[in-house]
Amino acid sequence: MNEKVGVYVCHCGTNIAGVVDVESVAQWSAETLKNRDVVVGRDYEFMCSSLGQELIQNDIKELGLTRVVVAACSPHLHEQTFRTACDRAGLNPYLCELVSIREQVSWVHTDKSAATEKAKAVISGGVERVLMHEALEPLQVPIHPATMVVGGGIAGIQAALEIADAGRQVYLVEREPSIGGHMAQFDKTFPTLDCSACILTPKMVSAGTHPNITLLTWSEVENVDGYVGNFTVSVRQKARYVNIDACTGCGICWEKCPKKVIDDVYEAGFGQRKAIYTPFPQAVPKYPVIDVENCIYFINGKCKACQIFCPTEPNSIDFEQEDQLIDIEVGNIILATGFDLFDSTRIPQYGYGKLANVFSSLEFERMCNASGPTNGDIVMRDRKTTPKSVGIIHCVGSRDKNYNEYCSTICCMQSLKFAHLVIERTGAEVYNFYIDMRTAFKDYEEFYQRVLEEGGHFIRGKVAEVTDAARTPEEEGKLIIQAEDTLIGRQRRIPVDMVVLSAGLEPRHDAKEVAKQFGIACSANSWFIEKHPKLDPVSTMTEGIFIAGCVQGPKDIPASVAQGAATAARVLARIQQGEISLEPVRASVIEEKCSGCRICNDLCPFTAIIFHEDRMVTEINPALCQGCGTCVAACPAGAITGTGFSDEQIYAQIDGLLMLNLEQPLEAVAG
Amino acid sequence: MTEKFEPVIIGFTCNWCSYRAADLAGTARIKYPPNIRLIRLMCSGRLDPTFVLKALAGGADGVMITGCHPGECHYLEQNYKALRRYLLLRRTIAQMGVDPGRVKLVWASAAEGVHLAEEITNMVEEIRELGPLNWPKWDTNGSKASVAVQEEVTA
Repeated sequence: MNEKVGVYVCHCGTNIAGVVDVESVAQWSAETLKNRDVVVGRDYEFMCSSLGQELIQNDIKELGLTRVVVAACSPHLHEQTFRTACDRAGLNPYLCELVSIREQVSWVHTDKSAATEKAKAVISGGVERVLMHEALEPLQVPIHPATMVVGGGIAGIQAALEIADAGRQVYLVEREPSIGGHMAQFDKTFPTLDCSACILTPKMVSAGTHPNITLLTWSEVENVDGYVGNFTVSVRQKARYVNIDACTGCGICWEKCPKKVIDDVYEAGFGQRKAIYTPFPQAVPKYPVIDVENCIYFINGKCKACQIFCPTEPNSIDFEQEDQLIDIEVGNIILATGFDLFDSTRIPQYGYGKLANVFSSLEFERMCNASGPTNGDIVMRDRKTTPKSVGIIHCVGSRDKNYNEYCSTICCMQSLKFAHLVIERTGAEVYNFYIDMRTAFKDYEEFYQRVLEEGGHFIRGKVAEVTDAARTPEEEGKLIIQAEDTLIGRQRRIPVDMVVLSAGLEPRHDAKEVAKQFGIACSANSWFIEKHPKLDPVSTMTEGIFIAGCVQGPKDIPASVAQGAATAARVLARIQQGEISLEPVRASVIEEKCSGCRICNDLCPFTAIIFHEDRMVTEINPALCQGCGTCVAACPAGAITGTGFSDEQIYAQIDGLLMLNLEQPLEAVAG
Repeated sequence: MTEKFEPVIIGFTCNWCSYRAADLAGTARIKYPPNIRLIRLMCSGRLDPTFVLKALAGGADGVMITGCHPGECHYLEQNYKALRRYLLLRRTIAQMGVDPGRVKLVWASAAEGVHLAEEITNMVEEIRELGPLNWPKWDTNGSKASVAVQEEVTA
């Protein structure tokens, strides 16, 4: 039976038509590919518009098309659009092939005639391939109604709360002993100067007490198995050495613990905690953990002060506790693992780590915080002297070819917040050194104006160095910030008492491993890649895995909260549907052809391939097969075939791309 | 040869990385020569070496195989299998009298549009240097040898 193929060439405004002669390509398709069962070739300004789709649908109905090739943008953008259009007109959606003549032709080539020729070849490839397609039905996969949120910062908390409030089960996994994330470290939030803890802790408490949320703090994901709708996640719950069923969180243990430890995480190295600790007073959950690396008992077997003084009955301290591996089944996973602060010691000329009164932004946040190491007093490293002048350096580690080229987004506003706090609490002179002032978003510019009016000094230029080498008597005993003031075109040396480095945000140091674990992609600088940068910023290319907050790129609290809520909406929609359609791209074994050689058996990382000893044949479990096709390529007997990517389809596409057989009627080749 | 030789290269891309790198090159309007025509596979592991032989037999002057960087395969480790097949394939085509430089393996993540475009540009120049492959083409002159090659490849 002859097929009837329709070829549709999109102008995409001038995106394609500006480089490719679309009319002639459509005409060529109809004429030259006539022998290849093409019965109609049309071009249209916007194929994806409803009118464009109707054009295709009408042809399917009126001309009885049995195959459709659309030459337009990337299939990653509109494959679904055109498949759905075909489906509406009664044509099986998998008999429609979208070939890219925009991303792969008009946008990357300048020579118009060469681009037009390539477009023809690409369409010819699509036509040959679609002739080999067969009608398929999507796989329906049930969605497990529970969700895992990895990362208990504000983005993860928001996502968890939204889902839990909708009545669905959430597992919130956090690496640290308490949820809260970076936001819990801050004193004030820009631009409203809300107390960070005051707005965060109610959410933390809700997450901690919500009947639908299972908190797994001091826990890390160890392994992820399965696929959308049916993930099995192994979570390692590290031993707290505290029995949470008995512990009341009274705090006597950490009061009595004799071992002080510099807290590199929560206090950013600026303050101390004990070897048994909760990171901060409002921690959720309230139960402490024992840091075995520093605990005297774990080091030399003596002490046990925490156990001795623990007032609960039975005693809450349990030195015998062990890590637990918990397997959790969920349908969707939200990754909200946040960021690391840029390590300012990497810029030695700014003196961080060498000059005592150079502080990182997180250290300064802790210093401003009323529950921080200085009780909120802005003081120098000696912990008593109030600075009379403070320099704040923007873009530390950001917008710099040597470190990170991107803008970290939050540092301008963070620096303005610091400037305001210094002025308000100490009356010191504040000098901001900025490259550009970036105060986009609601009420941010107004905050900048406010700090200007409060008397903050602003010097536009990148700081060359921070030094304690004085050149004049006024500079003696001060930190001198050397910078070019680009507005007056001069080098300036500003002596100050204290320097705050507004360090940029970086992906978590282990972002690449985490991405690999969850099977999602990282950009070159390790931020997780979203499905579409504009239209789908919270999905990933892997079905069932969503991303929220800074894990996707630097962003502030409102944006993180919005993304957390957005992922929740996506997940809830999935759960509501109950099942999801998956591409029926799966491998299967033609049993009669299988010789039982078992070459394919070891190739599948998803253990989808099983061997039947009794019949000496191999079988592929379609639920576990991910459709990579490695076994199809490996089978020496050609006994494994892949729906949607068979050898025949790819051979045909190669022929088409090479413009072979253009003049030959289809039967001649088929026969 | 007076006219500049324009090679035809068939490129095999992985749906998760290099095809997206090609998309990204497009979105960012990075230019490369129009000599390459891409085929989307789900994974470089799907690459059956006969695809490459078929393309070369059918008139392609070169074949570019692209996949995720080692350790970054969407299907965990299938690109390593592609790598093994590629290394074997290079030896095989050399024995067939085809310069192994006509088949190239390139790793390109979804973020590496610029890298992919550079690799394509370089390969087009390399193949231009090597000149046309001139393998007997599918049925164009009816020679038995070409049909035999073709049958060998598709069998």
